[in-house]
Amino acid sequence: MRPGSVLLAAVTGLIWGFTAIVVIGVTLTLITGEVALPQATAAGIAGLLSALVYVWRNSSETAGGLPAWGLSAITVFLVLMVASFAAPFTLPLSVVPVWQALALALLVFGVTAANHICLSGARLGAMSRYEREVIYIRIAKGVGFVIFTIIVALPFYVMVMTSLKSQQTLLANPLDLSIDFSQGIYGLFRSYVELFTQFNFGRYLMVSAYVSVSTVVLTLLFSVPGAYAVSRLRFPGQAFLARSVLLIYMVPAIVLVIPLYAVFSQLGLRNTLTGLLIVYPATTIPVALYMLQGYFRGLPSELEEAGLMDGLSRVGVILKITLPLSLPALASVSLYVFMIAWNEFLFAFMFLDNPDIFTLSRGVVSLNSSEVPRQHLMAGAVIATVPVLFIFLWFERFLVQGLTAGSVKG
Amino acid sequence: MSVQDQQSASLGPPKGIGPMQRREMWLAYLMLAPTFAIILMIVAGPLLANFWISVKPVQLADLRPPTVLVNERVRGRPEAAGDSATLEYRLRNSSQEEEIRDVVVTDEIPAGFDVAALPEMCALNGQALTCTIGTVEPGWRERLRIEGTVTDTFLSTNRPERASKPAVTGDANNVLTNFDFTLENFSRIFSADEFWSVLRVTFYYTIFGTAGALVLGLFAAQLLNTVFVGRGFLRGLFLFPYVSPVIAVAFTWVVLFDPFSGTVNALLTKMGVIADPINFFGQRAIEYSLFGIPMEFPLALTTVIAFEAWRYFPLSFLFILARMQSINTDMYEAAEMDGATPLQQFWYLSLPQLMGILSVLFLLRFIWTFNKFDDIFLLTGGNAGTRTLTVDVYEQGFALSNLGAGAAVAVVVFVVLVTFATLFIRFSPKEEGL
Repeated sequence: MRPGSVLLAAVTGLIWGFTAIVVIGVTLTLITGEVALPQATAAGIAGLLSALVYVWRNSSETAGGLPAWGLSAITVFLVLMVASFAAPFTLPLSVVPVWQALALALLVFGVTAANHICLSGARLGAMSRYEREVIYIRIAKGVGFVIFTIIVALPFYVMVMTSLKSQQTLLANPLDLSIDFSQGIYGLFRSYVELFTQFNFGRYLMVSAYVSVSTVVLTLLFSVPGAYAVSRLRFPGQAFLARSVLLIYMVPAIVLVIPLYAVFSQLGLRNTLTGLLIVYPATTIPVALYMLQGYFRGLPSELEEAGLMDGLSRVGVILKITLPLSLPALASVSLYVFMIAWNEFLFAFMFLDNPDIFTLSRGVVSLNSSEVPRQHLMAGAVIATVPVLFIFLWFERFLVQGLTAGSVKG
Repeated sequence: MSVQDQQSASLGPPKGIGPMQRREMWLAYLMLAPTFAIILMIVAGPLLANFWISVKPVQLADLRPPTVLVNERVRGRPEAAGDSATLEYRLRNSSQEEEIRDVVVTDEIPAGFDVAALPEMCALNGQALTCTIGTVEPGWRERLRIEGTVTDTFLSTNRPERASKPAVTGDANNVLTNFDFTLENFSRIFSADEFWSVLRVTFYYTIFGTAGALVLGLFAAQLLNTVFVGRGFLRGLFLFPYVSPVIAVAFTWVVLFDPFSGTVNALLTKMGVIADPINFFGQRAIEYSLFGIPMEFPLALTTVIAFEAWRYFPLSFLFILARMQSINTDMYEAAEMDGATPLQQFWYLSLPQLMGILSVLFLLRFIWTFNKFDDIFLLTGGNAGTRTLTVDVYEQGFALSNLGAGAAVAVVVFVVLVTFATLFIRFSPKEEGL
């Protein structure tokens, strides 16, 4: 028995007991709407003892009997029930019994599994620095997974669930983020129906799609020849150009807004989609050009030279050899540009006053007033998010490769 | 063959640009021309125009240049052919301050209206009426009356004077293009009390937002740098904040942290962590005392920084993960043989390898965070001690309607940015090109 090793096992168990009860208690609260106050101290003690039992069982010589994880699970359950007076979530067991049982089972399983993963190979006797650090890292990673998943998923969960609620239930209990099926399908999606019928969101959706697709097309029309010239043709100033293109991307949009607002107002372009379709490509062309030229450089130039020798013109080479070869890059650039245009807020907000030509971003901002209930705002946010997330998940591989490969060497 | 060609053929490779190369050069310039045109027009042009506007006394209202407004109507109620009627043009200078020069009104006289008498400044050529009015005073009003008789054609048409709209040309003093300069915009923003606090907030926001996104990204990349079931799913999930539209995630955070109906405050109060709801986006500072010294914790600013780190960690996560997966594993095996512990391996092997990408990411994120406008504008509107320089541009230019002052703040933004970029490029490692 070494005090250091015992302490390590104890702290591991304490952390997991505490983490598990807080996470599961909050989840139970959000799912059922009942305030499940987690008994953190009890769970911490339960986790601590179960970790010690687990390590003791693993490091003792005797074989046979219950496996270590089994003993550890029983310890968690018994200690937790005793220490929390049979109410681990401070709720009487008669309230939402099925959910509570599920949560309790999940809790026991979670603490046991986490202890099992973190403490496999741990002993109560002396451990080397290497072995201890392996355990530190397992704990840090485990806690990291839990925290990252929560901070990323929670806002999106709240966004979707809030959009499905009604004004009264939201005000009555802000913690109740369950789906209330009793109100029927129409009641559930009432906010969405109202957005599409009364708030013109169908039109905003079309306008956003039109603007984003047009921006993609325009950007490709401009940037493909440019990227080809920068990566393949020799001319004075080539290296300088290839580098300076990205500097344009550093210019803040807010610096351009006032002059563009002034000039577009005088030209009558401000409150038009044409105005947006001039500005958006100008902001996306540099990054598209940069990503594409990186890809073009990687293509073997022998193919193009062969095409030239066989009598194709430069334009023919680009259309018949370079572009078909660079379809993955074109796809990832298109997606990236589409996302930029779809998500763009500043220029849409500054330029568009006419509700007939609002993009989705602009439309959702117009919902942010005290007269429009919260669930409408969240439904608008969902409508704006779903298409872009859908496209992203569908083409994620392309996108991730395009984002990193074009720009990171080595 | 000319003498020169013979010479170059005999003296080794040709110098200068040959005809083939010249053709290639022109082709390249031609292919780049559209890109250049649009970037000059929308980026470089406005950049210069911003400097121009920053030294001019321009208000938002000045964007509508003074014009002569004209209203045409028929008077005299003609009822039968041959009745006399008056075609009346009411003219007005829209501006109360600016005069308009060389005012000329042109219009088509409606069909079926026989002109009997014209004001002396007007001339008729067929049906085309031209009235040369000249310079008009600020706030000037005038009526031009054209007497005449009507025919049946006139009477049978509904509102015949609407057939053609009168057109007015005039030359007004446009405050955007004249040569009045002032330094008042700059003196106004520099002398404002809040300017220096805005600058300080901008730096806090930029530095901590960037560092937060990088640290979170590094941590997340460590998590996903091992193979396990559900890794692809988690990687996709971790990218959500970056991919989603800023309006959606910003409003979600506002709803989530709302002091009255927000989930987070409800959770914290119900679970007894805090006694009263906290207004995360609306409270400037929380006072507390450390060893008896009163301190202030900038609450809203911290929440906004947390949002920034949350929204942009996926980008650094993606780049760091890509770099980590390209590190040669031999090195780790060798270190393992030599008995290096996992933390030592991270500290002495991984981190030095990641230094390049980390510094590039720091540079990029620093500049982008500094440039960021949408996030803070949507979360707090720049209130509660979260106003950064970019939000100040909007505040001065549009909320206070002083375009000149807004442009002056934008100039400050640009100057600070150029300073940073130069510093970074000078001191950043060269090998990791981006």
